[in-house]
Amino acid sequence: MMRRASSLDLVDAVSAGEPRAIARMLSRAESGAVEARSALDLIYQRTGRAHVVGITGVPGSGKSTLVAKVAAQFRTRRRKVGIIAIDPSSPFSGGSILGDRIRMGEVTGDPGVFVRSMATRGALGGLARGTLEAVDILDAAGYEVVIIETVGVGQDEVDIVRAAHTTVVVSAPGLGDDIQAIKAGVLEIADIHAVSKGDKPEADKTVSDLKGMLGLGVALAGRIVGRLAPVVKTCAPKNEGIAELVEAIDAHREYLASSGELEQRRQAIRERRTLKAAEVILHDEFENHREGRMAALLAELGTGRISPQTAARRLLAHVGMEASE
Amino acid sequence: MKTKTDTIRVIIAKVGLDGHDRGVKIVARALRDGGMDVVYTGLHRTAEEVVDAAVQEDVDVLGVSLLSGAHMTIFPKILQLLKQKGADDILVVGGGVMPDDEAAELKKMGVKEILLQDTPPEVIVSTIRRLVAERGPK
Repeated sequence: MMRRASSLDLVDAVSAGEPRAIARMLSRAESGAVEARSALDLIYQRTGRAHVVGITGVPGSGKSTLVAKVAAQFRTRRRKVGIIAIDPSSPFSGGSILGDRIRMGEVTGDPGVFVRSMATRGALGGLARGTLEAVDILDAAGYEVVIIETVGVGQDEVDIVRAAHTTVVVSAPGLGDDIQAIKAGVLEIADIHAVSKGDKPEADKTVSDLKGMLGLGVALAGRIVGRLAPVVKTCAPKNEGIAELVEAIDAHREYLASSGELEQRRQAIRERRTLKAAEVILHDEFENHREGRMAALLAELGTGRISPQTAARRLLAHVGMEASE
Repeated sequence: MKTKTDTIRVIIAKVGLDGHDRGVKIVARALRDGGMDVVYTGLHRTAEEVVDAAVQEDVDVLGVSLLSGAHMTIFPKILQLLKQKGADDILVVGGGVMPDDEAAELKKMGVKEILLQDTPPEVIVSTIRRLVAERGPK
């Protein structure tokens, strides 16, 4: 029976691509269940085949619509596609509305596409807790392309580079001028720029702003460093630019493989994953141990005798994490 | 905020020729405020698509809203598809407008609860919580 099947019992069914087992394993990864750890370790050993593509951009830029089209395009090339679509959790109730599927009607019901929605549950940086384990599961289950659609990001949430081999940044036209294009942050992480809503008159301006920004980098360095990120104009409802975008994604994969950068990226992903996992463990330990300590500190803070900095140090000392000076 | 817990997952679906989704959006919002993860499928889905989505999302509850009058066709189909996929531990809950005797009949077929149009949001939330608690952990 599926219900209460142990995670270890699910591993082979995940490898065999059974949807229910994959789905259940994804839930276990998402909840961070201790019981699932050794199963996830086994699954990790069976990964390494999938091309992991991150798609990020501001809310409403058209990520979900684009992801559906890109997935459909990969399907015409006979590749199985896993999609992890992330939406925010409420900071108040912890609940969420996961609406990315609304745009994915086109690939719903295709057995070669597995779509899973995840809520951020307080994780910052654009990904959800358990996203990277979810990628492992879909990879081990035989999905050749795994697309991570981040939560709608602002300017600074760049965790996707911790997970993806190829990062596509989606820019919607009409949201800013050429100064936005030279700011630091999300735009810098793009391996490929996709401009969405290409039927809007401002789309060409956005394309040229992005190209201008990339050209500036070349001018400053005096040469092309590595590889220049292509800018692809798309209009998803009309299916325009989608084949070009998928070709750019494949070309990037080729580039990674032939330049030797793929292994570098993989190692960087491993490093960041390890560090992030350690951070999460620390954070959880802290959450578990701090309970009951805040009331007394808040009373003292209220009198104005101590500062939040001092209170924080005392709190840490109490949970056994003495801060070094 | 909850992190390491079994957040209840619900998928809310609109099936067939029924373009009215004001109600399901309110339900989705109420469940969100009740701390649940709520997947919304959007309009005009087929029973097959909805069941596939429910399986992939590993939901506890599949909520189907119907205002089209097709409930006596669509609910049995959904129940049958869930069974075929070995996913009949997913709790099916119906919502919308339908005659009382047909609601009773659907419950006999295996729909866990029918919440009609005058159900207060807090009752929807408490009903989902109760049904999931009764089923036990997944």
